[in-house]
Amino acid sequence: MAIYRPPLPKSVGRELRKADAASLEFEDIQHFLIHRSPALAARYEFLTFREPAAGRAWLRAMTEKVTTAAAVRSGQLDTRWVTVALSWNGIRALGLDDHSLASFPEEFRQGMATRAEALGMTGANHPEHWRGGLASTDLHAIVILFARDVPERERCRVEHEKFLSQCQGVEVLSSLDLEAIPPFDYAHEHFGYRDRLSQPVIEGTGEEPMSGSGPAIKAGEFFLGYPDEEGPSAEGPKPEILSRNGSYLAYLMMEEHVGAFRDFLRQHGETQDEQELVAAKLMGRWRSGAPLVLTPEKDDPKLAGDYQSTNDFDFGKMDPHGYACPLGAHIRRMNPRDTAANMNRRKMIRRGGTYGPPLPEGAPEDGRERGIAAFVGCASLVRQFEFAMNVWANDPNFHELGNERDPIFGTQDGTFDMTIPKRPIRKKIKGLAAFTTIRGGAYFFLPGIKALRYLASLT
Amino acid sequence: MAATVIETPSTRKEKIRDWTKPAAMAIPKEGYFSLKNGRYGPIYPRTPACHGFTIIAKIKPGREETIRAYGKTIETAIADMPDALATLKLHYLRWVLFDIGKDTYFMYQGIFDTDFDKYTEDAVALFKKVGVNTVFENLEGFPEDWKTNVPAFVKFVREHQCPSFLEYGEYPYETADEIKKALQLKAKFSEMLDLMQ
Repeated sequence: MAIYRPPLPKSVGRELRKADAASLEFEDIQHFLIHRSPALAARYEFLTFREPAAGRAWLRAMTEKVTTAAAVRSGQLDTRWVTVALSWNGIRALGLDDHSLASFPEEFRQGMATRAEALGMTGANHPEHWRGGLASTDLHAIVILFARDVPERERCRVEHEKFLSQCQGVEVLSSLDLEAIPPFDYAHEHFGYRDRLSQPVIEGTGEEPMSGSGPAIKAGEFFLGYPDEEGPSAEGPKPEILSRNGSYLAYLMMEEHVGAFRDFLRQHGETQDEQELVAAKLMGRWRSGAPLVLTPEKDDPKLAGDYQSTNDFDFGKMDPHGYACPLGAHIRRMNPRDTAANMNRRKMIRRGGTYGPPLPEGAPEDGRERGIAAFVGCASLVRQFEFAMNVWANDPNFHELGNERDPIFGTQDGTFDMTIPKRPIRKKIKGLAAFTTIRGGAYFFLPGIKALRYLASLT
Repeated sequence: MAATVIETPSTRKEKIRDWTKPAAMAIPKEGYFSLKNGRYGPIYPRTPACHGFTIIAKIKPGREETIRAYGKTIETAIADMPDALATLKLHYLRWVLFDIGKDTYFMYQGIFDTDFDKYTEDAVALFKKVGVNTVFENLEGFPEDWKTNVPAFVKFVREHQCPSFLEYGEYPYETADEIKKALQLKAKFSEMLDLMQ
């Protein structure tokens, strides 16, 4: 639980932040959750180790390519950023002993596919439909490559392909190419919603939290081996070297059904303005990113781009009944702000991007797959990621709603509703269609650099 | 009022929302109708008497008075801060001590509206926040590292849970929040009538 600390004078704050920054071991932390790369293209490769020694040799070489948080913070100009993470089966395949393997948390040992039921991944979202070997115990590692542009990604792809051809016993199970979709001046996904608007700030990075986002969050909420919001660091995996500077990642590949989404907007709004309002009610923000709590009647794109204001709101005091932002809207579920307890224990860092071609406005559904492939980073999958999926996204009785799930991200099968509070009588949309489908997912351990070297040197 | 969808014994999803019609539910020995896993284990169904648990555990020898003293502690805490337990979405709590042979057992019965695992997680956070030690520390087999090991706390609770085989609701499935809203409405309505005199 966060303890309220009155604000310090600015100069004192700067000194404190420097001291904090000094205590985070940036040379040992992979850059992935500390820094968002200015990338327009990406590639994820999912790998399996057929031979432990081959896996270790591959990991040894790849560790030297991994971009550290320190490298990014030094201001060096990169054109590509590499991240390596391992599944529990991958760590086992590298040869870690049974005692240490058992020290990892149960949900990570089981993996996302085994935990699918608790996460609400049923029906079309069920792991039996997943592709690319993600539900298989053969999934051992992921390389996440972010690149400045497509040519740079292609250069790295070829380089890694060449390297892999020398690593007999390490194979690519599947891969996914990602590209930002136009317009490129702000991040957004295929439905057109602006993305990356509300992210926690990690204490010790020196970043300033946005207005309304509360204080910076203790590093232990995201990185093993640091104090968290409740005190000293929680116990991590054994041996000790594995519980320093690592994190857990939940990966989700989520198809977005853009045609169905646009049909829905047309069905529930006669004019363009009405359709925009329906889209905003599902999300809780206008597609521009402007929050409904601050501008409930009409869009205000300027507000969306103003990082000092766009997060400066709460729900409990400013919109208790959901007249502006419906109680079941996506942002109200994923970040209930002042309407949920222990919020600082549920924060997560999101990374990822869009895949597939954009569907031009006005064009009919073309049947091609497009969506988001993203990671959630945290220190405890069961407390942070699984809680959000289980209690916030998929609990039908969230805020006493009775029969609703997250309208965009929840598991929808045409039997749930969406209530839009309105005076004098609320509007209720019955039988919401699924606008998204989970096509794959996995849990990974994102080790610190020393931990990667340790795993690569197991005998 | 919102429609409530619940998992019924047939596991079919049905819309049942009729608070005027009392309902009873017989529950299989395992505590659920079909095995569905939540974050820490099987999900127990919502019944006409909402969610809840009945935890029964043997107390450590000589701890009876310590446990009884918790009654007064909690009474005072709630009097000072009536919303202290709001997070837990409780309807009722009942704490009971009873003997079997030479041993004394503690029964913690709670009826609430969040799911089982969330209740336990929230309870741990709450205990830590107010800095109190939990009454559970007086029970045999309770994990000493509960403050830093929530899964172990949840495991203890699950291992000592005795599922009901029958639950009944006179106004079935209604949440505490809905009931409070209805009472508030009644109060506001009579206030409105007063204003119209």
